[in-house]
Amino acid sequence: MESRASPVGVQGAIFCFGVMNVEKENVIIELVGVTNRYNDTVAVDNFNFYVKKGEFVSFLGPSGCGKTTTLRMIAGFEHPTEGKILLNGKDIADLPPYERPVNTVFQKYALFPHLDVYDNVAFGLKLKRIPYETTDRDGNKVTKYRKLTKKEISKKVTEALKIVDLEEFEWRDITTLSGGQQQRIAIARAIVNEPQILLLDEPLGALDLKMRKEMQIELKEMHRKLGITFIYVTHDQEEALTMSDTIVVMKDGQIQQIGTPEDIYNEPKNAFVADFIGESNLYEGTYMGNRKVRFLNHIFDCVDDFPANEKVNVVVRPEDVKFAEVGKGMIDGVLTEKVFKGIHYEYTMMVGRNEVTIQSTRSMETGVPVSVNIAPDLIHIMKKTIVSNVYDDAYIDNDNRVIIAGGAFDCDVTQLVPGSSLDEEGYVIAPDGKKYDFKDADVLVDVSLSDIEIIDNEEDGVVCGKIVSMIYLGNHYQVLIRTEDDEDFVADTEYTWNEFDRVSVRIPAEKIRMTLRGEVSKYVKD
Amino acid sequence: MSRIKFSRKWLALPYGIFMILFVIIPLLLILAYAFTDVDGHFTLENLTGFFGSASNINTILVSFIIGALNTVICLLLGYPVAYFLAHRDMKMPTAIVLLFIMPMWINFVLRTAATRDLLYWMGLNGGAHPYLCTMIGMVYNYLPFVILPLYTTMTKLDYSQIEASSDLGARPWQTFVKIVLPMSAPGIVSAATMVFMPTMSSYVISDVMGERKLSLIGNSIQLYFDQGLWHMGSIVAVIMLLLIAFGMVATKNVQKEENVRGNMW
Repeated sequence: MESRASPVGVQGAIFCFGVMNVEKENVIIELVGVTNRYNDTVAVDNFNFYVKKGEFVSFLGPSGCGKTTTLRMIAGFEHPTEGKILLNGKDIADLPPYERPVNTVFQKYALFPHLDVYDNVAFGLKLKRIPYETTDRDGNKVTKYRKLTKKEISKKVTEALKIVDLEEFEWRDITTLSGGQQQRIAIARAIVNEPQILLLDEPLGALDLKMRKEMQIELKEMHRKLGITFIYVTHDQEEALTMSDTIVVMKDGQIQQIGTPEDIYNEPKNAFVADFIGESNLYEGTYMGNRKVRFLNHIFDCVDDFPANEKVNVVVRPEDVKFAEVGKGMIDGVLTEKVFKGIHYEYTMMVGRNEVTIQSTRSMETGVPVSVNIAPDLIHIMKKTIVSNVYDDAYIDNDNRVIIAGGAFDCDVTQLVPGSSLDEEGYVIAPDGKKYDFKDADVLVDVSLSDIEIIDNEEDGVVCGKIVSMIYLGNHYQVLIRTEDDEDFVADTEYTWNEFDRVSVRIPAEKIRMTLRGEVSKYVKD
Repeated sequence: MSRIKFSRKWLALPYGIFMILFVIIPLLLILAYAFTDVDGHFTLENLTGFFGSASNINTILVSFIIGALNTVICLLLGYPVAYFLAHRDMKMPTAIVLLFIMPMWINFVLRTAATRDLLYWMGLNGGAHPYLCTMIGMVYNYLPFVILPLYTTMTKLDYSQIEASSDLGARPWQTFVKIVLPMSAPGIVSAATMVFMPTMSSYVISDVMGERKLSLIGNSIQLYFDQGLWHMGSIVAVIMLLLIAFGMVATKNVQKEENVRGNMW
């Protein structure tokens, strides 16, 4: 178990081989193979990670990525379908929320409107029973439980209200408080119980920008003062970068990367993380070997090492693209857009058909040629995750169509036998005169990303699905379409779609490459 | 061009006339009858006469007890039903609510007579057990009035508050007592007013179910009117009106605070 549960985290990556056990002692909560399934949808898929005592951890990801479900499983509102949640080494996966030493700050505060501020904050304390040692008649030591006294409760409530800067509000009605004040009360209500872990479910989502920024700093300060472990759920990458010690980036119920804010920003593991965290220029490129990479029609020096000629994704942060003297930079282009952003300008430069976003404090003219440089250590190269769409469970139906992801696509079955042709009955006739019937034949299908057509009208395509993610790669989008049966199509397209759009998919018959699984002789028709 | 400018308030005119004819004038008439004698002279004798009679006091007491008992029983029966119907895991709640509401669509007199016959067939004779049979009839008739407002309030309960309570260490029964019950209080008050006052003043149910063996306020008004004692009947009506008004004032504060729909008053 120890090795399987080995943390994916950066702190884990550094320590887990040598001083694993020392490291484990500081672990407050650990998720081992945690999966949450609701009906047939997997909200959380095999999560393995741990959180150290006193750490500020953020779960970051777009809506539906599983971050809230994970938090709710730690709080006890939901239970994992599989896996263990170890709190201080003990499995708490089946404990109800009221028996867990964790408290939650809810997204919409969830304060009790029929109680005033004091009673809201004191709610948990009034229910608490604390153990004390006493001797019974026979002189044996026994542990008994008692309620907190009114005085103890009052002292703790006052302290908690002081921490959130609302000392004077004890007797106010909840409904008379502003959103920000309600949020503070919700935090006070949770921390007054001195939980081992404080769970925060997008607590700043309902506040306006300025208030949010202030609360971010205050929360960070609170975390420092209280020394409690914070687990924070957010979809706001800036918030996560500002506040966290460790960020867990999630997408589609899967952990994409765990690391410090610096790691995640500077060394994103894949195109999704790079796109989601901060602004970035993402390109498809080719690793030339010998620490050289080709993208934007130029061969750049770089510091990463990959197998030669491998297709890669390249990330360049907008602030890392530096203007050079015209004609003397690595790449030349034309500035097409200029937006003033306060502390810097944001430019769009066209290099051929590729866009490059640049952030610079220099004011430049648009419409004129410019040159830019990118330093080798600021070019981050990632393994390309998807090279083409492969379906290994496809098969041919009665009408010589191939069934992919539940849809029947027209295809060219003659490619299964070189030089063959179709007769009028639909049998494949080989040059040597043999007749093949490929009905129900299992095939491996491979379709290039650029060969999948996305169609607006759901009826016009073969299979319908929802766009679940979209990443801009300099001159085109990479779109992930997921069907209701959880099958994915990844398509390269020049057109802009919206996330959650319902679309359909079509593939030209000649673009479907098929390989027969098993012997071709099996399908000979006599 | 018309010289009379059309104003939207004229739309209220038909109802205004209706109100004056059928609400205000009758009310004034009742008041006038209540405080006059047969010759039309002002008198308080009706009032003193009513409270002077032990059987009248008894009627008010019995009405009050039956009203209170019916309210409690209906709440005890209806609250869990509404609670489970409003639970978010409940499938097709509207269909089941409909099932509880449906008896209200059947003619009231027919329904009550049928209930009596059903009880008779089951061996419960209204003449022999007037109180028990009346109570059963009352509960049967007023249960929907409890379920509906309670259900409406409970569907509006914020589930995250229940989760918050559990998160803060409250066991399920503690969450129920400390969160669910107080938060559904407006629904309870609303349901109680919808049951208590009509029960006190109803006379068909007690008449039919109790086979005229017991007398509620409504029955005594009817009795006076049947005997042509208009003045006595009117004073009872005024007393009942005051009782209801008193009840309204008593529950008004809770109502205003929570602003809950579903109160028919």
